[in-house]
Amino acid sequence: MLYRRSSLGQSPWLKYSLIGLAFVIMTLYVLAPLAFIFVRAFSQGWANYLSVILDPYTRHAIGLTLVVALLTVPINLLFGTFLAWLVTRYEFRGRKLLMTLIDIPFAVSPIVAGLLYLLLYGSQGLIGGWLDQYDVQLMFAWPGLVLVTLFVTSPFVARELIPLMQQQGQDEEEAAISLGANGWQMFSQVTLPKIRWALLYGVVLTNARAMGEFGAVSVVSGSIRGQTNTLALHIELLAQDFNAVGAFVSASLLASLALFTLLIKALVEWRQQQQLNTSLEDSQ
Amino acid sequence: MTLKKFALGLTTASALTLASVSSAQGLLNSSYDIARELFASYNQLFSEHWPEQDLEIQQSHGGSSAQAQAILQGLRADVVTFNQVTDINILASRGNLLPEDWQTRLPNNSSPYFSTMAFLVRKDNPKNIQNWDDLVREEVSLVFPNPKTSGNGRYTYLAARGFAQQQFSDEQEQQQFLSTFLSRVEVFDNGGRGATNTFIDRGIGDVLITFESEVRNILDELNSDDYQIVVPQVSFLAEFPVAWLDRNVQRNNSAELAKAYLEHLYSQPAQELLAGFNYRVHHPEVVAANAERFPELQLLTIEDIAGSWDYATNNIFNNGGELDRLLSRR
Repeated sequence: MLYRRSSLGQSPWLKYSLIGLAFVIMTLYVLAPLAFIFVRAFSQGWANYLSVILDPYTRHAIGLTLVVALLTVPINLLFGTFLAWLVTRYEFRGRKLLMTLIDIPFAVSPIVAGLLYLLLYGSQGLIGGWLDQYDVQLMFAWPGLVLVTLFVTSPFVARELIPLMQQQGQDEEEAAISLGANGWQMFSQVTLPKIRWALLYGVVLTNARAMGEFGAVSVVSGSIRGQTNTLALHIELLAQDFNAVGAFVSASLLASLALFTLLIKALVEWRQQQQLNTSLEDSQ
Repeated sequence: MTLKKFALGLTTASALTLASVSSAQGLLNSSYDIARELFASYNQLFSEHWPEQDLEIQQSHGGSSAQAQAILQGLRADVVTFNQVTDINILASRGNLLPEDWQTRLPNNSSPYFSTMAFLVRKDNPKNIQNWDDLVREEVSLVFPNPKTSGNGRYTYLAARGFAQQQFSDEQEQQQFLSTFLSRVEVFDNGGRGATNTFIDRGIGDVLITFESEVRNILDELNSDDYQIVVPQVSFLAEFPVAWLDRNVQRNNSAELAKAYLEHLYSQPAQELLAGFNYRVHHPEVVAANAERFPELQLLTIEDIAGSWDYATNNIFNNGGELDRLLSRR
């Protein structure tokens, strides 16, 4: 305790005023706008709030958002785990390149990502034009939304796993193999338990982004209500209609989904800490 | 595990939601961004007229040119209801989605309603703006969207050009008028809504030039005496063209429905609805009923002013064209 105080500053007064400042700033930056969303959403009462949610277009937007997330998360969970496994367990030519490629969706603006997909998979694009001959439509339909969301959220799981798996090394896996485990047994009984919580954390982040993504999906959606309109896009459409309350109600729904995700994240972190503590105790 | 149950519940719920919308006979209308409420009302009207019960009309809205791009890239709209003829021309020439002579398929050049360019001025019209030549006076400052990026702005420029052609026989003088006109612009916004915000919210400029329908919508919306409308005696005929896209309706098997949807726009109830949204219409009875709101004007067509849209695009608005020349002089 004594160390901590002296490392931060001379007086407790400074410490508490800094903490207070941080809370004030967070309130202004984060809490106030968030609270404002809910205040505005309920400004015309519960009945109105419900009527916006029960509107078929809003319901469809919620459903579509969930479908996109439900397709995106498992695919990127597998893909991210596979990638992380590959770059941390094997030495090969192009490994560094692969690790850089993983980060590209972080570096590229989502709008650019959307446009690239449109140019490639649109009916005048290289692949899209070929698919069009067989009457397959990807862009301006739900598959397009899933595709760009996959792209945008692809780094999260891998990025969570790579540092952890690098740190853990592969001694235990090697031990499992030498004891006669096959590949799957080794993965499910040795690797997976070690990375479980980081994996879940990656899933939570992927899910949050998949639900909230706006830029990339807005390019490939065509914003057709009741067809290709996700919740994030729905908010914009309602705002453009001067339907402020409707926009805020939808925003509050999206914010609730995000808060729920954060709650899971907090839970995961707590479990992760606990696991760390027990493993520390074990090693002592 | 509870998480599994939760995920299962989510899947079922979302699958049900998605399933609830579809199946019915459908039509996708791709339209310009400020027409959402207009077509939401019209869809209601049309579904009462259409004999089949199960009718699902979807709407997609955005900037007219952006919408055309999306359709070229594969958005399968059955019908387009745009605010620029050139945006449908592109669908014909570059996308082969409909024949080049699409404008002859429906009455009035396939434009069931139209508007013109009008002025919004501040309370009591302090600068006494009545006509286009008042706009070039030294003490007057203008706000309208950039003709380079906005159809709205192009219409304004063409209207001024038409006025200049009537006023001056000498081409030199016409160009001088247009050059001065452009030099009076205080702010060039990218689009119509941006220009409206500049004029109303930021309080910049003496005159906002935009669609008459938009001016009247602003007045209806604000419900205030701080502004008033001035409709000049001569202006541009701004058509709002509609068309069905042959290739897409063939694919979607919706040709009959698409045609009926557009034809019904010319019916009396639809024309009344359009007039209610401050557009000018063709139906004689509706015109008579709204004569006070829409005074008769001399409306110049693109043929009067520039010969054709092709000429206007290539020689006036494209890079290095007339507009660029005059702007560089300003």
